[in-house]
Amino acid sequence: MSGKKTEQIVKAGLYLIIISILGWAYFTGAFQFIIENPKDLLYLTGQHLKLVGISAALAIATAVPLGILITRPKFKRLDWVVLNFANIGQTVPSLAILALVMSYFGLGWQTAIFALWFNSLLPILRNTVAGIENVNPQIIDAGNGMGMTSKQVFFKLELPNALYAIMAGIRTSVVINVGTGALAFLIGGGGLGDLIFTGISLYDTGIMLSGAVPVILLAILLDFLLEKLEKIIVPRGLQRTLEAA
Amino acid sequence: MIEFQNATKVYESVDKSVTAVNNINFHVEPGEICVFLGPSGCGKTTLLRMVNRLIPITRGSIEVEGKNINSMDIIKLRRSIGYVIQHNGLFPNMTIEDNINVVPKMLGWDQNRMKKRCSELMEMMGLDPGQFQKRYPFELSGGQQQRIGIARALAADPPVMLMDEPFGALDPIIRDHLQNEFLRIQKEMKKTILFVSHDIDEAIKLGDKVAIFDTGELMQIGTPDEILSNPKNDFVRDFVGDDRALKRLTLLKVRDLMVLSDGFRKHRLNNEWHGQVISVNENLKTALSHLLSAPNGEVCVVDDHNKKLGVLCVSDFNLFTEVHPKDISIVR
Ligand SMILES: Nc1ncnc2c1ncn2[C@@H]1O[C@H](COP(=O)(O)OP(=O)(O)OP(=O)(O)O)[C@@H](O)[C@H]1O
Ligand SMILES: [Mg+2]
Repeated sequence: MSGKKTEQIVKAGLYLIIISILGWAYFTGAFQFIIENPKDLLYLTGQHLKLVGISAALAIATAVPLGILITRPKFKRLDWVVLNFANIGQTVPSLAILALVMSYFGLGWQTAIFALWFNSLLPILRNTVAGIENVNPQIIDAGNGMGMTSKQVFFKLELPNALYAIMAGIRTSVVINVGTGALAFLIGGGGLGDLIFTGISLYDTGIMLSGAVPVILLAILLDFLLEKLEKIIVPRGLQRTLEAA
Repeated sequence: MIEFQNATKVYESVDKSVTAVNNINFHVEPGEICVFLGPSGCGKTTLLRMVNRLIPITRGSIEVEGKNINSMDIIKLRRSIGYVIQHNGLFPNMTIEDNINVVPKMLGWDQNRMKKRCSELMEMMGLDPGQFQKRYPFELSGGQQQRIGIARALAADPPVMLMDEPFGALDPIIRDHLQNEFLRIQKEMKKTILFVSHDIDEAIKLGDKVAIFDTGELMQIGTPDEILSNPKNDFVRDFVGDDRALKRLTLLKVRDLMVLSDGFRKHRLNNEWHGQVISVNENLKTALSHLLSAPNGEVCVVDDHNKKLGVLCVSDFNLFTEVHPKDISIVR
């Protein structure tokens, strides 16, 4: 009960911050800029979504299978090696990654996508591994004892029971990437960072916020949509933790 | 039938090897419940899990229905043996119905047959299918989950069942209730069952045979009465406890005492009876407990239709010294 209360207080605080940012944006004329240049904004938002979407899809397509692979008995011994690599990778600042990648790929959106992809790997990988490893071993034992093949144990027991954690990892990395994606502008990747950095260099808070506010709204919207998706794909029998929380 | 021949399990780890099960020899007849009993760590679970090859045997052999388990396909073997564990191991991502249907589905049963079997099993377990089959495990109480765990193991009607402390995590009242239901069901099904327990009372109640283990060795195997009346060594004697004579009383009913004594000594049935009343089907331990709490040391025995049969008193128990249930079944 008290947990629910704190959650409500935190949520209320967050809404307050968002509303004050919106208010600030209003008074600095960000909305006016948006209204006057709807085409620019739509175009940049589209670019931003493309960056986040492609990098997230690539990250899911690599980190989830990798996580599954290193939890298989054959590769079990490798899992700490892979996780440590990913951990170290995560400590490298996003800007440094951009700089590093740029020296290989040059400027452009491909470089941005590579950096964002790299940035998303760890949360998804770690959650996939933790999700699979935390499946109650008694369930696996029961499945084996009832004569499931190892394939059936994976698809009917391990994967469905780990989905909640895997989805949480995906949500985290997508939301982070919406924010990090603003840096893509610095290497010619486009996106809403264009407005943000233009605003900064012109000392125009209005223009800066007309890029920042859509980034915030985009993050909130994507998180909301992913939560809905989670409700659909995570088995209902596992969702009691959500209701209880 | 299940037969253990010199069955041995040695766990090898880097620095040492543990012999968890050492040269076990015995067999269990078809339709029998054999309870594995013993202190924690004596190897009960290990021996049980060797039967469906969740734990590979180190030496010796195990035969199920006349076939060496190592010569059988491991998946086929496991699908032909029901398996129940302590915390039921229900799959939280599946509905109750899907949980019960796991093995039938793998065996390729058609939808109708699965549906019918599922309802049949749930009814047998005293759970209304309409109400429960679409629910998820977390929406059931512990006792209900345990029943589903047993129903799931029975789904494909395997001749052999392995049960590892299936009632271990339940409170005493529910446990007693489920034990009774389990015995009722077993009466019809006649499965060959290996049942792990560390509760002597449960073993006496459920077992046709009880096998007592200590540190991987088989100490004694026999009917509950053999174990209670003739403990083979000090370990078994200590393990069954000093009150083993009292425990034996649970194996007999008031009816048995009546047979033995040719009716009761006291027939005072023309008078009205104001004292305690017990059923002729009550076990003798409960009967004795009634006698000890009756003001005049007497209770009235009635049959199923509440007809008074006679008066039981403590001295009737004199007849019972040195009598074995076997002797009584001969009298019967
Ligand atoms: N995987 C393993 N590796 C090494 N030793 C093991 C392993 N599993 C069990 N043992 C040891 O084998 C012995 C028997 O264990 P087992 O689980 O069969 O006991 P148990 O009779 O079922 O006990 P309990 O009543 O506590 O469940 C114990 O001494 C235990 O420490
Ligand atoms: Mg055990």
